[in-house]
Amino acid sequence: MNMIKTALLGTAIAAVATTSAMADGHACAIDSGRISIIGNEFPAIQSVSALALECAAGAETASNLTADHQTLNVAGMTGNPAEYTSAIVANSSIVALINEDVIQPLDALVAEYGADIPPHQLITVDGNIMAVAFMANAQHLVYRKDVLEQAGLEVPTSYEEVLAAAEKIRADGIMENPVGGAYAAGWNLAQEFTNMYIGTGGSFFEPGTANVTINNAQGVEALEMMKALTAYMNPDYLTHDSNATSAEWEAGNVALMNMWGSRTGVLMDDEGSAPEVYENTAVGGPLTVGDSGTPATTLWWDGWTVAKNISDEEAATTFQALAHATSPALLNDETMSQAVWLMEGFEAQPVNEGVLASVAAGSTPYPMVPFQGLLHSALGDNIADFLQGNETAEQTLADIEAAYTAAATEQGFLQ
Amino acid sequence: MKHGSFFWFVLPSVILMILFIALPIVSVVTQSLYTQHEQVIVTVENCGPFGCTEAQSVDQEATQALRDAQPLGKFAGLDVYKDRNHLAITDVARAWENSDSFRGFWNTLMNLPFYGALSFTLTYTAIVTPMTILLGFAVAIAVNSVARSLRGPTIFFSLLPMIVTPLVGALILFWMVDARGILGTGLQWLANDPTLSVKASTPMMWIMLMVYGTWSSIPFAFIVYYAGLQTVNQDTLEAAMIDGASRWERIRYVVIPHLAPLTTFIALIQLMDNFRVFEPIISFQAQAHARSLSIAIFTDLGGETRLLSSAAATSVLTIVFVAILLSPVLVRTWRDFGTSK
Amino acid sequence: MSTATQRPLNVRFLATSFLVLWLILAAFPFLWTVWGSFKVEGDFFSKADWANSMFGTLTQAETGGAFTGAGYFGAWIQEEFWRAALNTTIVCFFVVTISLTCGTLAAYALSRSTYRYAFWLLLFALIFRATPPIILVSGYLLPFFEWNLWGHLSTTIIVLVAINQPFTLWMLHSFFKNIPKDLDESAMVDGCTRFQAFRHVIIPIMWPGVITTGLFSFLLAYNDFAVTQMLLSKENQTVVPKLFSFLGTTQTKGNVMFAVAAVVSITAPLFVMIVFFQRQIVSGLTAGAVKG
Repeated sequence: MNMIKTALLGTAIAAVATTSAMADGHACAIDSGRISIIGNEFPAIQSVSALALECAAGAETASNLTADHQTLNVAGMTGNPAEYTSAIVANSSIVALINEDVIQPLDALVAEYGADIPPHQLITVDGNIMAVAFMANAQHLVYRKDVLEQAGLEVPTSYEEVLAAAEKIRADGIMENPVGGAYAAGWNLAQEFTNMYIGTGGSFFEPGTANVTINNAQGVEALEMMKALTAYMNPDYLTHDSNATSAEWEAGNVALMNMWGSRTGVLMDDEGSAPEVYENTAVGGPLTVGDSGTPATTLWWDGWTVAKNISDEEAATTFQALAHATSPALLNDETMSQAVWLMEGFEAQPVNEGVLASVAAGSTPYPMVPFQGLLHSALGDNIADFLQGNETAEQTLADIEAAYTAAATEQGFLQ
Repeated sequence: MKHGSFFWFVLPSVILMILFIALPIVSVVTQSLYTQHEQVIVTVENCGPFGCTEAQSVDQEATQALRDAQPLGKFAGLDVYKDRNHLAITDVARAWENSDSFRGFWNTLMNLPFYGALSFTLTYTAIVTPMTILLGFAVAIAVNSVARSLRGPTIFFSLLPMIVTPLVGALILFWMVDARGILGTGLQWLANDPTLSVKASTPMMWIMLMVYGTWSSIPFAFIVYYAGLQTVNQDTLEAAMIDGASRWERIRYVVIPHLAPLTTFIALIQLMDNFRVFEPIISFQAQAHARSLSIAIFTDLGGETRLLSSAAATSVLTIVFVAILLSPVLVRTWRDFGTSK
Repeated sequence: MSTATQRPLNVRFLATSFLVLWLILAAFPFLWTVWGSFKVEGDFFSKADWANSMFGTLTQAETGGAFTGAGYFGAWIQEEFWRAALNTTIVCFFVVTISLTCGTLAAYALSRSTYRYAFWLLLFALIFRATPPIILVSGYLLPFFEWNLWGHLSTTIIVLVAINQPFTLWMLHSFFKNIPKDLDESAMVDGCTRFQAFRHVIIPIMWPGVITTGLFSFLLAYNDFAVTQMLLSKENQTVVPKLFSFLGTTQTKGNVMFAVAAVVSITAPLFVMIVFFQRQIVSGLTAGAVKG
């Protein structure tokens, strides 16, 4: 695993080696303008937001970190002047802001104030810098060392091996339902299909258009694999979101699962589970499916943007404060373990190895496509029908395509 | 009452309702008639921490001119209502022509999102509403017979299902009915089936949602009926007793007619609330098994790309269906108005 | 109690056992929650074995005792839940007062008018109530941000009052219909204006019905999620959105025990309130509220 860490961080270090010392020493005291941040509310974002507001203490500051940020951010940035000067988004949610044209290209600001920001943190769309990423996330294998040892198994690297291992664990009478997964109908289930479909090498749309193309051999393969896995899951799997799946894990009912890197920390700490569970919880790399060679997972980043409908002074304040908050100045003993940070100075912990392995394995980022969200909703609404055995894989895929097409037509992506 | 004083009395209330309900409804109806403009899609290169990828993007400049000219979007008439995610006119017609049996047609119909949601919503409403009324009445009769000193706590405990925030209340029940939770284990023991899981099967999930729905709205029916019982004319009851009416006959011929108007009120409110069933489905993570119209609106608004027109169309359809459901009650109120002149 | 309500023994037994069964059904989940709120999350979920929640196996292992107040400490001190409780108090107080003020005036007028437009007003109120609140709220966002109204307690209070008006109107309307018209009309014959008649004749006798309607307004404001979650800024959050924020997101774990402890602790004051108002609630309805 050490090699992987160096592989990812190597590029980062090379890029910022000359400027990092300067960034650390940057005095941050902005005393004019305005900064107002909207974003999700997990601890890593709270740390970034807190540091940004502290940095701009002399200016007008506000933040609204809530799980409903996606519903609020477009409305809050549409007015002039915008309520929020910055939205913290992920690669899936930035497209809504770009579509609605409420965030500004950052090229000029980066040139003026962002010399310290390493290039790999910059998110560009068609050559324009639209966001600055600060953390990475991915889903990857989490496994129980003791259970695999007891069954005499190697750590699986593909879903086929997961199935074989699950069968062995069940046959040995160690666990009844050894596989876990966030298969709750809706967003979670759609995410699992997206991972799996990418793993089979399928593409979601016809190149250059918004025409969906998932009703094909890869789509069927992805669905079949998901169904095969559910045979080894708790029968309630369609109601298990990532919270419930983690709870299953902590209860010691599960030995293998595909889980978010950002949730592995709490699985490995000594709260919520018996010692034999947390001491034996280990993370692996991303899983593959079939022989396409692409890992069946997606990479995610979280980053910040700057609103379009604000004055230049507000934009400058916002940019400088957030640039400071996502520089190495953020990292300390408390924040280090909150995420896989992208800035220089981040020291990977054992819990982060899964995400780093996913990056190193050349996984695909979650598609940053304007209509991917519509497909995601359609997937989440329909896949359960197939997993419950109500209809064929082809019928389910046809339903998904039809639901997507109606939605995309309404949004003007299709005519 | 004179027109003038009526006007001033209702003014504050009417202003509030117009501003915060009527105007939004107008905008919802308008929204449902428009769709987004055609978006010009271009292929661009996106770069980030994980390297560069080719992806599609919307050409903002090309679409901006259209947006400026018609800010509401493209007028679509009833297209959104007719598309597959709503009334699905063409799909229904095709299914009708192509199906050889009614069963086949029904299955195709239920596979369409709107009709699937409608069937759950209607079943839920049709079962939960009468159950709430019956059980609420029974609880009221029972509480009414409790000694006066115990009534305070009895009323409080009877109201608990309504008081505990649904968001958390339903969530706690959801954990309790888990196959390994206390209620789930109890059910397995009762059914003598150690593999029974409420959350794994669609029929069980429907039953659980309806039980929860009834449980959480009994308090409402209870408190209204309980109050009604206090006003039952004691003289009539005693007269009935002297005439030799049995206990059941007294309830049947004196109490129930007295409570009839209350039943109309409870039915009205409950029909409407049950038709908008939403929170239990979310808290019970039941979207795989049961979807309602409100859930459809919620998913439209909650995605990465918000489907405003689609959500608006479903909302308008919800209002129309509620109006149809309530029409018998409304006709009755209309007649009452006629007679009270 | 008069003789008419004397029951034979077997009927009383039946009624009592039904009531006991109902009280168990109604109160058990809550009592279970109260018990569980003093445990750690692993025991509360009891995914491994439901008996853990009885004996607190994990609580014992993690905290050294069979009970822990960590959830309460975390919610109230660490996460400053008291702030949300304070906001809820403010919201509930104003929602109830404003709803009842506007509602009684309008409902009184509706109950005394014999013109058709009064019926139409009631009918529209009903249609308004049929609108799913989520769609209303999504419509508010843009104008509220535009006019700088978003995030304030006052905006949320007004919206909740408005959304609650149809129910208040219907309930109070049927209540006022049961107050004989002769009362206020004779006052008007004596030379009072309509408003004076309302003030001096109706107000003194309307309290019971108003208090009952107020209870429902209170519960609406207190339990609302759709409006408060979308329209309040972080520092103005009321308890329900605050609870929601304890539950975690897809990618990160929340702190469920904070939510559980918070729910338990905010229900306690309601117990006091219901027992205190119990007589008014009942007499309110007794005086004839809600006659369809």
